[in-house]
Amino acid sequence: MTLVRRRLTITPTVTVYLALAALLVIGSILVGANGGVLLDQSGILNILTRSTLLGLVAIGQTMVIVTGSLDLSVAYLAGLCSLVTAETMAGRTSMMVPGVLLALAVAAVVGLINGLVITVLKANAFIATLGVALILRGYLEHNYTGPAGSVPRAFQHLGYDRIGPVPVSALLVLLIGTAVWWFSRRTRTGYHLYAVGGDTEVARLSGVRTSRTIVTAHVLCASMAGLAGVLLAARLGSGAPYAGTDAGYDLESIAAAVLGGAVLTGGRGGVVGTIGGVLILATLDTVFDDLAVDPFLKDVVRGVVLVAAVALYARHRLSRRSS
Amino acid sequence: MNDVLVRLEGVTKSFLGVPVLRGIDLELRAGEVHALVGENGAGKSTLLKVLAGAHRPDAGRILVGDREVSFAAPRDAQAAGIAIIHQEFNLLPHRTVAENVYLGREPVRRGQVDRRAMTAGTQRLLEWMGEDGIEPDAEVARLPVARRQVVEIVKALSADAKVLAMDEPTAALAGSEVDRLCDLVRRLRERGIAILYVSHRLREVFELSQRITVLKDGAFVSCSPTEDLSPGELVRQMVGRPLGTLYPARDSDPGEVRLALRGAGNGRLRDLSFDVRAGEIVGLAGLQGSGRSAVARAIWGVEPFTSGVVELDGEPTTITGPRSAVRNGIGYVTEDRQGDGLALRQSVRDNALLVRRAALRGAAARRDSDLGSLLESVAVVARGPDQEVRYLSGGNQQKVVLGKWLAVSPRILIVDEPTRGIDVGAKQTVYRLLRKLAADGLAILMIASELPELLGMSDRILVLHNGAIAGELPAGTSEEAVMGLATGHGLGEV
Ligand SMILES: Nc1ncnc2c1ncn2[C@@H]1O[C@H](COP(=O)(O)OP(=O)(O)OP(=O)(O)O)[C@@H](O)[C@H]1O
Ligand SMILES: [Mg+2]
Repeated sequence: MTLVRRRLTITPTVTVYLALAALLVIGSILVGANGGVLLDQSGILNILTRSTLLGLVAIGQTMVIVTGSLDLSVAYLAGLCSLVTAETMAGRTSMMVPGVLLALAVAAVVGLINGLVITVLKANAFIATLGVALILRGYLEHNYTGPAGSVPRAFQHLGYDRIGPVPVSALLVLLIGTAVWWFSRRTRTGYHLYAVGGDTEVARLSGVRTSRTIVTAHVLCASMAGLAGVLLAARLGSGAPYAGTDAGYDLESIAAAVLGGAVLTGGRGGVVGTIGGVLILATLDTVFDDLAVDPFLKDVVRGVVLVAAVALYARHRLSRRSS
Repeated sequence: MNDVLVRLEGVTKSFLGVPVLRGIDLELRAGEVHALVGENGAGKSTLLKVLAGAHRPDAGRILVGDREVSFAAPRDAQAAGIAIIHQEFNLLPHRTVAENVYLGREPVRRGQVDRRAMTAGTQRLLEWMGEDGIEPDAEVARLPVARRQVVEIVKALSADAKVLAMDEPTAALAGSEVDRLCDLVRRLRERGIAILYVSHRLREVFELSQRITVLKDGAFVSCSPTEDLSPGELVRQMVGRPLGTLYPARDSDPGEVRLALRGAGNGRLRDLSFDVRAGEIVGLAGLQGSGRSAVARAIWGVEPFTSGVVELDGEPTTITGPRSAVRNGIGYVTEDRQGDGLALRQSVRDNALLVRRAALRGAAARRDSDLGSLLESVAVVARGPDQEVRYLSGGNQQKVVLGKWLAVSPRILIVDEPTRGIDVGAKQTVYRLLRKLAADGLAILMIASELPELLGMSDRILVLHNGAIAGELPAGTSEEAVMGLATGHGLGEV
């Protein structure tokens, strides 16, 4: 009884990192055969840079998916927040902190609206956040035709500085990822996120404040998208209304979370797996760029990887159920 | 006289204008088991949900001690020392035992959930209950159903409840597990906990309770000390009329062999050979885990036989899965009606016609003119065919499952625990229905954990032990004979 046997269980999180390792090896060979090097200084920098912003959005997205919800408004929200940042700063160093805070506040309010529409009006999360996304798009299209505002040079360091091949912004995302991991796996609210996603009614009957938990997840998710917007501004030097949608943060973040083992019905998934998913997507892109692959083929492969991962996890769950 | 811990006065509740509880009074006293009985749909679970803070009453008062309370959410009821074990399982399958036990009340230390305290607390309660086979860190999905029930109880106890309401806690249990649960209820009572006990198993009700309240159609019928009631009188109050004999007499002779197994086996089952004839009900007995449901799943092709032969009407047939089973005229009423048997969010109509629409073709698949008589034949009490099945009481849900198989007029029907969670009156209806189906030429294989039921209904009983047939017993055999074979002792030793 006291003897605790620990078997190495092949969880989706383990699978995704094994897949990442395999992908790095295969990618290195393919790129090598083409006369290049995948994992040199610039290759690593490339992968990490691609991962940073999507990683941030995907970490937030994971939190709402875990509660059984979804956020389709993150892409427009990131664009909006990059504008808020850049227009508030308007090139002034003194406005750096207010710019960041204002952007995060806007994001949090949008998350709050998402959460309340879902919990109070009982709207389906897909529709509710799609609606909010459309409203944001309407606002952006009506008021902006292209980049606006500007951030001071000092702030751009956040987007470009690096230590060796590692961007400072990637370290920031790692730090935030750790914090969110701790929050979701160690705090009471974090436990409740998983419980609500596992079965809302069970959670409610057990005394969990389910609505509050869902709203918390949405505010967290939107804040992450807002922070991604802030980093976008730092990277681009100005606010870019469509930077988030051009990069497809909405669907890509969901794809990354699912690659990392999250299940759209909720209750499963986590930050660690999602970061693995983001790295896989970024590595795929980098390899394809190095090999100068046709963009169409690129999308096909990404699609195949995603579907294969979901099928693999589903099989895994089934076999565990009947054991 | 024991202290009254909770008092309900005139509790009234309607759903969409239909009254479900009409002015119910109830008193729960420390150290007393108070049984709550009534037919399916009488409102027992609804009353418990009011007590749990999951439903708000439309009228009436809830008093805890002598203070009137109003529960806005389940957590308020918890805070008042009331814990409920609901009729449906109420655990998160992918979280651990300890995480489930402390769900909503996780102990926190320095900002973090104190997992060590959770594990230790769970362990302590499990030991107190004499359940050392459960690891606090095990995922709930990996526990057998009976163990999950234990986790539910630990969850209620860990909240330090003074009032514990249990809604059909033994519905998923069999044999020795029921005895263990009853023991536990007694120990909790001795600790001074007030227990509200809902069950359709009258034997337990009489063994455990000191007081019995009867509900009928949402109205209060009576509340009397248990010793003042006889089982017959209790049933009369529940059903509103004397019930007569529970099990219908056999009135048909077996016809030709419909289903035959010849040396059939798979990973869990060994060398099964038996026949089921048209017009007979063959009982399948065995302990939990002996492979009873595995036999049903194998015949039905979910986990098919890998060796031996299955013959339908004398023809060797390979059944590859549920679809081919249905096409071959085999119906299967599963033991887990909510999980496998029903689309809970769909209407009574859609559920009843589900198999027909899926398995038949053309006009036959679209036929619904007989829906009324179909539902009547299984005695479903619902607001109408368009009511969503999840709002039906447990017993009526089971009747819908039966109806959906009858809609395709099968030749062979496998029923796994067909009366789980349904009231005596409805049980009698189901028994009569099964008997009538047999008389009409259906071959029925019936699995049931409650031995009186199996003995009362079967024309023959096959007893399974460790995935093999330990013996066959004729109708009218004794419970001891069945148990003897089921536990692996031969007939001679009983
Ligand atoms: N949420 C709901 N919405 C509408 N009707 C409901 C709801 N919950 C229960 N009902 C109805 O209330 C009545 C009482 O149901 P309840 O579940 O309390 O019965 P019960 O006595 O527990 O029956 P059983 O013994 O079958 O469990 C039923 O007719 C049921 O259809
Ligand atoms: Mg009930």
